[in-house]
Order: sequence, then structure tokens, then C-alpha cells
Amino acid sequence: MIGLVLEQALNGLQLGVTLFLMAAGLTLVFGIMNFVNLAHGSLYMVGAYLWVAIAKLTGSYLAGVALALAGTLVVGMAVERVALRTLYERDHLDQVLATFGLILVFNELVAMLWGRSALYASLPAWLGGHVEIGALRYPVYRLAIIAVGLAVAALLWWVVVRTRLGMLIRAGASNRTMVAALGVNIQRLYTLVFGFGAALAGLAGIMAGPIYSVQPGMGELVLIQVFVVIVIGGIGSIRGALVGAVIVGMVDTLGRAFLKPALATVWSPVVADTAGPALASMLIYVLMAAVLALRPEGLFPARA
Amino acid sequence: MKLAPRTLALVAVLVLFAVVPPLVAAFGQPFYLDLFRRIMIFAIAAVSLNLILAYAVGVLAHHGLTSGLVQWALAIGASALVAAAIGAISIRTSGIYFIMITLAFSQMLYYLGVSIEEYGGDDGMRVKTLSQFPAGLDLADPVTFYYLVFALLVLVLWFTNRLVRSRFGMVIRAAKSNEARSRALGFSPYPYRLVAFTIAGAMCGLAGALLVNHTAYLTPEFMNWTRSGELLFMVILGGAGTGAGPVFGAAGLLLLEDLLQGWSLLPQGMRAYWQFWLGLVLVLVVLFARRGLAGLLRGSADE
Repeated sequence: MIGLVLEQALNGLQLGVTLFLMAAGLTLVFGIMNFVNLAHGSLYMVGAYLWVAIAKLTGSYLAGVALALAGTLVVGMAVERVALRTLYERDHLDQVLATFGLILVFNELVAMLWGRSALYASLPAWLGGHVEIGALRYPVYRLAIIAVGLAVAALLWWVVVRTRLGMLIRAGASNRTMVAALGVNIQRLYTLVFGFGAALAGLAGIMAGPIYSVQPGMGELVLIQVFVVIVIGGIGSIRGALVGAVIVGMVDTLGRAFLKPALATVWSPVVADTAGPALASMLIYVLMAAVLALRPEGLFPARA
Repeated sequence: MKLAPRTLALVAVLVLFAVVPPLVAAFGQPFYLDLFRRIMIFAIAAVSLNLILAYAVGVLAHHGLTSGLVQWALAIGASALVAAAIGAISIRTSGIYFIMITLAFSQMLYYLGVSIEEYGGDDGMRVKTLSQFPAGLDLADPVTFYYLVFALLVLVLWFTNRLVRSRFGMVIRAAKSNEARSRALGFSPYPYRLVAFTIAGAMCGLAGALLVNHTAYLTPEFMNWTRSGELLFMVILGGAGTGAGPVFGAAGLLLLEDLLQGWSLLPQGMRAYWQFWLGLVLVLVVLFARRGLAGLLRGSADE
């Protein structure tokens, strides 16, 4: 039983760090450019597809990861330059609409290039094994995801708080006109931040690729979960994104694993069978509603 | 009163809707009756902008409750209740939070629909009996159903028009243009917004009731968040904040969809990936046609 709880908790953490990579990019772009990007999920999908395609072509897992990361960075920056740049000053609803259009475009592009059925790619031997943690055999790959996710979180903290680029990012978030007046090329900064966020989403997609299926539309479901993360954590806050992501990952995973048996002990198994899965899939939204009722600004509001 | 060009265009579209059935009969193209009925159903939904409870009617029909009046009243009531509950939480927030939260809630209802096995889960299920109405109104007859939808669309347009111009509508519009000032005048926007949200939910329930009868099929796909995105697209395409906009938008989007999917002049490769072109049009509309189709025509509000 302890082994099972540990396994599910690790799975929850793994989902949490994946969501964090997505949420960090989205919240960064929102905090700095005041821009809502529904197509963030599409960048997640683009990352996963590029990885599968390149890994198959070169036969090397790491080359696939590196090139797919660079690829999503470029795709993100190109989309920002071509389509999204003029939308920063617009209403949020316009941004939502334009990026919703981009979702359709990306989904169909991917379907044109690689077909509509799901793709699978195998992991290299050094990531494919299991490790023993007490009585539990846990996949190395999922542990690697947790490690990479936490490392990226630390790196992100370092970049934002300790480097010159991070200083500019923070300055741009609090007063963009002033930053531009001081001689910083704010357009280039925006493109850079957008590409950076895209690469983070791409990384999430690359890492999720071997676990879930890679198919058109895979970004949409994740995107809504990421919204829940951001609403819980507080929009524009990276710390909030991390805390929110881990909470959502844990609640969702543990809910799906243990809600049904827990209900079965309280009520009859029949009730648990019907209500369990429904409740488990709604759990994170209920959590979101509860957080909103108590703290409408989220747990870590970016600007007080 | 001199009519504005936009009002005239709306009247023209409504007249077009009205004469579709005889024309369709004359040319022997029953498919178009279907298309235009769908357009009008979505126009109702787009006027209220949310399609959360298309589901309720099918569920009621499944339980043997087929009396149309009871069924639809319950569906509209249930939609209003759900909208009130979601609104009570999400209206406290604004802007982007509001968009994210409402999308998340519609996804939650989608999951709820997917996980209820009794109603077919994510496969959905056929609705065997259409809503039954007292004598003279048989939904199985396409033309009758068509005119029922048409009448309801006109009713909803008239009602929203009255609502926007009433004192209630003035308070909502005031709070939108300057919240601080309207608070200073003694109006708390919250109850007004909640009521507006609930009314929109109820109208959507109506559209849902029509849609389930139209497709005779029930699926949680009605509630997927991308569906809300489509409705939003209709509103923006038509021109947000105008009474006629949603009607133009729904007609524009569904005709475009139909054109891209079925037009035999387009090469096969293009038709198979029609959503690509749809998405492209969407991006271009937002970038370049800032006030939508209705923005091309002068409305009474601009003068």
C-alpha cells in the first residue's frame, strides 16, 4: 500500500513538473506582454512531433531532444513576429480568438505532415529501465522527467532573479514604457521571451511524448489543465505556477488513483463505481473553484 | 425612425431565413434546409455565447420525458442554474481570469459528460424520441421545425435588444465602460452581471434543446471547450457588442465551414484539411477586420 501511494505521488509530481513547464511559459508571456496565448498547447504539440520526427530520422534520442527544442524556439519566435506582435495592445478577447485560430492551423499542419493517427517512439535503453525504491519498481524515465523539471525550475529562478536578462524581464513586466525609454529594444525582448516560453512548452511536449500518445489536438487538454494551474497559482507569478502545478498534478493523479477505493469504503462499491471516475476528473476544477472563492487573485498574486 | 444599414442587413438576413424552405422545396435541395436550421440554432447560442447545457434535453428524453414544453422548460431552468453557479464564482474575477475560468468550467462539464456511462460516455448516444409538442407542432417535419427555430431566433433577438436598452442593460453597459464610476453612482455590478450571465445560460439551454433535436444525437462534444471557442469566433466574426453580429457570424462561419468541406471546385487535399483554412481566416479576421462583419455596416449606435 505504501509502495502504491509512493508510486502515485511520484506520478503526480511528474505530471506537476510537466504542467509547470507549460504554465511558466504562459504566465511569463502574460506577465510581461499582457498577452493570452491559447496556442501555447500547440507549441507543446509541435515539440512532441519534432522530437518524434527527428529522433526517427537521426536515430538519436538526444539529437531529437536538442533539435526539437531549437525548433519550437524558432516556431514560437516566428509566430510572434508574423501574427501575434500586433495583438499586444488589443483586447484579451481578440488575442484569445486569434490564438484559437492558430490552434486549428497547427493541428491541421501537423495532420498534413504526419497524418492524423497517433505516433509512438521508443526510448533509448538508458532511459527505458526501472529503479528499485524499497519495494517499488519505478521507471527511470519518469524520474528523469521530475529531475529535469525541477532543474529547469531552478534555472528559471536563476535567470529571472540573478541575470541581466531576468532584470529586463522583470522591469518590462512592471513598466514597459519606461524600459523602452531607457533604450532597451523591447520588441526584441518580447520576441525572446515568447520564444523562450515556446521552448519550455516544447520541452514539456518532448518529455510527455513517450508517455502519452503524440497526435493532433494533444495540446488542448493540457492547456485547460495549465489554465487551472495558473488560476490557482496566481497569474504572472512563476512561483505560483510551480506551486499550482504541483498541487494540480498531485490532486489529479491521487484523485484518479484513490478516490474510487476511498468512496467504496464509505458508500457501496456501486456508488464508487459510478461516482468515482466522474468526481476524480472534476476534482481539479472543484479545487480551482474553492481557491477562487477564498482568494480570487490566486495563491501567489504577482502584483499586490 | 430611419433604419441604420446594419439593421437593414439583419432584416435582410432574417427575410432570407424566412424564404429558405419554399426555395429549398422548389429546387429540391433539402440539404440546405438542414444547413440553415443549424445556422439559426448556432445564432441563438452565439447571441447568448455559451453552449453548456445542450446536454440536458437528451438526458431528459433518455428518461422517457418527451413532452417538449416540460423538457425544454427544465433544460432552460437547469442551464440557468448551472450558469448562475458558475457565474457566481467566475464573475468575481475579470478579464483574462474570467476567460480561463469559464473555459475550465466548460471542460469540467465535458469530463462529467464523458464519465457518465449511462448516457454513452464519450461515444454519446442517439436520442430516440424528439421533443413532443401539442397538436400542430411536429419536429419530425423539417419545415415545421425550421420555422420554430426561426421564430425562436427572432424572439431571442428581440428580447436581447429590449434587454440591452432597458435600465438593466444600461447598468451593465455602464459597468463595462467605467466600473469605478458606476460603483460611485451606487450600482454594484456584481448582481447585474450575475443575472445577465444566468439569462445567457438560459438562452444557451434553449439552443442546446434545439441542437439535440436537430442532430437527434447527444454527445459531450457539445461541451468541449473548443466548442465555446467556435461560438466566440462567431461573435467576433460578426462583430462583438452588436445585436446583429452573432447572426452574421454564425451564418458566416457555418457557410464557410460548409464551403471548405464540400465545395467540389476546391482540390481534395484542401477539403480534407478545411480546418486549416478556417483557422487562417480566423487569424486574419482578428488581425484585419477589427469590428467583424457588422463593423462593415454602419449601425444605429455609431451615429
